[in-house]
Amino acid sequence: MESVIEVQGLTKTYDQIRAVDGVDFQVRKGEIFGFLGPNGAGKTTTVRMLTGIIKPQDGSIRIMGHDIQREPLEAKEHLGVVPETSNAYVDLSAWQNLMLMAGLYGVPSDVSHERAQDLLTEFGLYPRRDDKVKGFSKGMKQRLILAMALINDPELLFLDEPTSGLDVQSSILIRQMLMQLRGKGKTIFLTTHNLEEANQLCDRIAIINHGKIAVIDSPHNLKKMTRKLNTIEVTFSTGVDLAELSRAPGVLEVKDTGEKIVMNTENVNQALSFLTDYAHSRGIQIQSLNTLAPSLEDVFMEFVGGP
Amino acid sequence: MHSLYLDQFKRSLSIMKKDILIYYLKGPVIIFGVLIPLFLFLAFLTGSKNLSTDFLISGLIGMTMLFTATSVSPVIIPWESQMKTLERLMACPISIHTLIMGDMLASVLFGFFISLVPVLIGLALDVIPIHTLVLVMGIGLASLCFSSLGLLLATPPTNAPSNVMMISSLIKFPLVFISGIFIPLESMPFWGKIIASLSPLTYFTDITRYSLQNVSYYPIWLDFLAIILFTLMFFVLAVKIHKKTLAMRI
Ligand SMILES: Nc1ncnc2c1ncn2[C@@H]1O[C@H](COP(=O)(O)OP(=O)(O)OP(=O)(O)O)[C@@H](O)[C@H]1O
Ligand SMILES: [Mg+2]
Repeated sequence: MESVIEVQGLTKTYDQIRAVDGVDFQVRKGEIFGFLGPNGAGKTTTVRMLTGIIKPQDGSIRIMGHDIQREPLEAKEHLGVVPETSNAYVDLSAWQNLMLMAGLYGVPSDVSHERAQDLLTEFGLYPRRDDKVKGFSKGMKQRLILAMALINDPELLFLDEPTSGLDVQSSILIRQMLMQLRGKGKTIFLTTHNLEEANQLCDRIAIINHGKIAVIDSPHNLKKMTRKLNTIEVTFSTGVDLAELSRAPGVLEVKDTGEKIVMNTENVNQALSFLTDYAHSRGIQIQSLNTLAPSLEDVFMEFVGGP
Repeated sequence: MHSLYLDQFKRSLSIMKKDILIYYLKGPVIIFGVLIPLFLFLAFLTGSKNLSTDFLISGLIGMTMLFTATSVSPVIIPWESQMKTLERLMACPISIHTLIMGDMLASVLFGFFISLVPVLIGLALDVIPIHTLVLVMGIGLASLCFSSLGLLLATPPTNAPSNVMMISSLIKFPLVFISGIFIPLESMPFWGKIIASLSPLTYFTDITRYSLQNVSYYPIWLDFLAIILFTLMFFVLAVKIHKKTLAMRI
């Protein structure tokens, strides 16, 4: 597998705080790599170092084979960047903003005109292309910033919380865009607080906490990794004896929350057939039944430490 | 290697275009660029009636140049960082030289064209340039020099444009008084001449005086050489310091 980003021993200290503390990872070509972590974990600091905006204290970063410190221009040439807090120029129109970026990436003007038209159309901004960005809504601005990041047709895209604070439509539009880009073989480095978004989009996820990588794996494997088991939530027509239920095969824990009975089990299938037999033999009815697989949120809480 | 420099230069033109559209083509910016030196000049004119018009116009050109080329250039970078557009710019494949050069070129155009206004005022008052080519070349070089001074003034890592304005005013106003604009160099005491020789504005005023009055205190080649050296020094220093302070603004 070809690595597009190679990071070794990356460290950045602010005053006393080790914002990023000896981070190692690799991002493969063509994947969407999720970067998750609580507030202040060091995500933005990492992205800023990867995109050559701030210098690391220690460690090395190779972006598409170029050392970001030694060959910043070559490394940045094929990047698209959506920083966490960034604005388009509000005194310029959407079109002028795109043309500025095209100029800064050395995109020839015939190519950039065509791309800008396509991008503005895809992001639903074409009718507003000549309006100053001043009058744009937050979602429109964010879509424009994403369009600006794509004007050089980058191989690698960095997005720091691209959907935070956006409405459902804008978020979905952006997510669809990311899936499309992945389909075209682009690599995406995505920071987000939205675990469902990460679960849907990412091929692999790194969880960072206090500046250190806690784990890196696919969402699927992460969910298998958690100590949290499958959960069954059940309600019966009458009261039942919890001790009897806990004798079910594979069931490790049974709790009565008052509203429903919650069972944690290693084997959903066995537990379910036990429950139906149990209800049948006692002549009581199952009123509701719900099975829950461990979620990314459970994994996240385990690695990051719950409240 | 050659094409890399050319390529980066083209990108600095994109920066320049952005600066002109956003920061310079604003009514108040242009009007203040002309008005501040004009007011200083009028205040001075009413105080001393026995100086010739061509002496006064050559001083006015110098002052206008100083005030226009350093009016907007020091605040662009702090302003961009406050408006959250700087980080995106820094992620682009442009070197710090390119960024500074772009800001500088916008300021050069502004300084050059606004400084032609006092030349036109002079023409209206019958002050006809004697050495036109020297005057135009001088205005061109001086706009480079004072624009790079403007970018040097932009280096303190504060993101409040008002702080930068204050710092640069503290430097600009004294410059006006030590540079032979109100008092000709030849009538200055010895220590005054020493201090004057440290100001780039002295050499530019000497050039305008030569162009309009055919008298100069220094040889004209020395004036040009001094301005070129000041320009190089300001530019190199500005790039060096911005390299350190730019990341502190994020
Ligand atoms: N410029 C700075 N000066 C001082 N400390 C900083 C600076 N930038 C970040 N930090 C500190 O570094 C740590 C990591 O910050 P960072 O912004 O990388 O977190 P994050 O994971 O992006 O958080 P969030 O989810 O809130 O965006 C924090 O403790 C923060 O206070
Ligand atoms: Mg962040």
